[in-house]
Amino acid sequence: MTETVAARVSAQPFFATLTDTQRAALAEDGITEEFAAGERVFGEGGIADRFWLIEGGSIALDLRVPGRGDRVIETLGPGTMLGWSWLHPPYRWHFGAVARVATTAIAFDAASVRRRCDADPAFGYALLRLFTPLITERLQATRLRLLDLYAAPSQVGQASTEPADA
Amino acid sequence: MTSQGAVTPALAEPAAAVPRFYRVASRREDTGDTVTLELTEPAIGVPAFAPGQFAMLTALGIGEVPISVSGLGDNRGGQARRLQHTLRAVGAVTRALHAAPPGSLIGVRGPFGTGWDVESAAGRDVVIVAGGIGLAPLRPVVLTALADRSRYGRIVLLVGARTPGDLLYTDELERWRRDGVEVAVTVDRADSGWGGEVGLVTALIKPAGLAPGNSVAFVCGPDIMMRFTADALAGEGIPVHRIRVSLERNMRCGAAWCGHCQLGPLLVCRDGPVVGYDRAAALMSVREL
Amino acid sequence: MHPDGDATLQPSGQAVVIDVGGLSVLFDALRGRGFTVVGPTVRDGAIVVAELASVDELPFGWGVETEAGKYRLRERDDNAAFGHSAGPQSWKSVLHPPRARLWSADRATGSVEAGEAAAPPRYALLGVRPCDVRAVGILDRVLTGGQHADPVYSGRRDGAFIIAVECTEPGATCFCASMGCGPGAESGFDLAMTELADSEGHRFVVRAGTPAGADLLADVPGRAADEATIRRASTAVAEAADHMGRTMPAQDLPQLLAGSRESPHWDDVASRCLTCGNCTMVCPTCFCTTTEDVTDLTGDHAERWRVWDSCYALDFSYLHGGSVRTSGQSRYRQWISHKLGTWHDQFGSSGCVGCGRCIAWCPTGIDITQEVAALASLQDSATADED
Repeated sequence: MTETVAARVSAQPFFATLTDTQRAALAEDGITEEFAAGERVFGEGGIADRFWLIEGGSIALDLRVPGRGDRVIETLGPGTMLGWSWLHPPYRWHFGAVARVATTAIAFDAASVRRRCDADPAFGYALLRLFTPLITERLQATRLRLLDLYAAPSQVGQASTEPADA
Repeated sequence: MTSQGAVTPALAEPAAAVPRFYRVASRREDTGDTVTLELTEPAIGVPAFAPGQFAMLTALGIGEVPISVSGLGDNRGGQARRLQHTLRAVGAVTRALHAAPPGSLIGVRGPFGTGWDVESAAGRDVVIVAGGIGLAPLRPVVLTALADRSRYGRIVLLVGARTPGDLLYTDELERWRRDGVEVAVTVDRADSGWGGEVGLVTALIKPAGLAPGNSVAFVCGPDIMMRFTADALAGEGIPVHRIRVSLERNMRCGAAWCGHCQLGPLLVCRDGPVVGYDRAAALMSVREL
Repeated sequence: MHPDGDATLQPSGQAVVIDVGGLSVLFDALRGRGFTVVGPTVRDGAIVVAELASVDELPFGWGVETEAGKYRLRERDDNAAFGHSAGPQSWKSVLHPPRARLWSADRATGSVEAGEAAAPPRYALLGVRPCDVRAVGILDRVLTGGQHADPVYSGRRDGAFIIAVECTEPGATCFCASMGCGPGAESGFDLAMTELADSEGHRFVVRAGTPAGADLLADVPGRAADEATIRRASTAVAEAADHMGRTMPAQDLPQLLAGSRESPHWDDVASRCLTCGNCTMVCPTCFCTTTEDVTDLTGDHAERWRVWDSCYALDFSYLHGGSVRTSGQSRYRQWISHKLGTWHDQFGSSGCVGCGRCIAWCPTGIDITQEVAALASLQDSATADED
């Protein structure tokens, strides 16, 4: 028996700091969604009209680099949010997203959530306070990866991922 | 009898200062710049090493570097009959050691330093987080726990590497999974053939669903990676005195005589390299300490 | 490493008064027992520590004038042999030499020869100030009191004979009293002498600190010291304690330094410190060394040599392609924090004996006692702000 969206939203620690009313309101804009392994969730440049809370499975964020194909930037697992380009204009995805394995998620209607935020600033603020720590954490992690800490002293500054000559 | 009678001659044996020359029994290339060497003892070797301890390895005529053991070795009779070291060619000495062919001689002094003390995690979950070549000193932790499986709870191994090509012991990771180690791997940068996780190793912590009250964590990798990882583990609720890091500093002797390896009050060769994060955290966050 | 608790090292017998002739006999008795005598002597405008061929090589009649960044010889009014405060060298030049071979190996045979090329002689250290006696004790702890004993130091320290000379005339940079290391000698010596050179003559009040010392003293002509002379000597030493050139502020130094890691004061010192490392060279307890592996041209014969190093050297903290401590601030902070603070954590005592050499030999005159005072006052005002 499938749980209601409201129950699934309540089950997620990510939404724990919202009030019951806010959670219920958010759930009204949500539907459950499933992706098969390898199924593309969205493409780079597409309209950012939804965002997802990943319940199970794994999503790979990717970017098509001419000459290098689809490069995976980061993988996201259960309990975390996929997508924040919906938060501000031009409401377009900067990266693509593909399900690495069979994935279940709660998908939220971005336009509807934005209207709710405009109408109820308290709700909007609470939602932003959920997203900003997430964005900060991803930024910190990305910065650390940029530092290339695992590199040998001679590799520091090399962008290539090809193995060094023996 | 002289004024201070400093030390009885018996204790001043030169063993700590003079290498015993071991022979390279085997050499395996792990990645482009990393090899694992197996060393067999000469007539008289050095005492047995515990996981986490390190040897000062000499490339004759070139120099000496501190390298942790990356395997359990053969410690029969309390002697290091066989030693395993994984090392990366980054300078003159390590390039020479990296290139050492089977049959060649490598000087060994040791064992030095504090060990991981895996046994103290008995009855608890063993949580191992490795960054880059930091997996090498942690491999003995996995092997120790597996060798006495019923003594420990879960064995969780989280591995971060620069790229898929830089992952160490990939064949063993598979074997460990089959033996019941919960292995999660991520890379900072993926190539087109990689179908696994991409991201910082700390991103593997939450999905592991750790039981913080019952975990002992062993962390090794670059300084900054250890700090962020230890902070993330502490953030999950693991007490800082049960998070252990392996510190690294310039060492010229390994025996607490040369003064190089200081980190504030610690002599890393004597009070480390394995140190509880309760002690290490404050020291690791001071600029240029 | 403190013999106070060792019953076999209790002072044995009465104090003895010997004259300069007696000092000469003492010197010869040491040589007769096979010791190489090392002591102060004038060379190149300074009083250095060197092997002495005869008692005449002692710096009779020479004194010194010291201040921050200054050291000059001066002629004394009397003929005192030990009327000078610490020179640029200390006894670590002998016990913990600047260069020493650790081992030598032959690639073809795989054989290794441990130790120095030649066995060191047995040293008699003649004229060790109480500050330097303490410094030797500190080096004993650092180099032989841990899990592994340094073989070079042990080879020279074991069997060394120490003749301490108490201070009656501290220098302007001296502060041993406030470090609890002088000017009197309490332990750690085979013989201790107090030199008196006044209207009553040039004499030495000598007492033994060990049976070996008593044994040697028995071979030296002298008379049992009378009460008045003993009192004259101890008064001279006590008065010296009141005339120290400087004082280390009474502070919990380990706590002060640990709490000063982020102090703005380091920028101030860095503007004056050249990171030349002189202080580490002249300091009697600085022990840091590095190693050099060398081969002959064929590569078949290799040796490892151990040489003095300094925490001020830029590559001292080299790690992964760069150094941890690159700024002058961090290197000065390391030196003083180690010497006065973390030495306690590492070796159970202070690393400083108040000899004042670092103050005299710093080209810009940085004064360790003043730096501590500055840190303390900054910490006080920081605490006051918090209240």
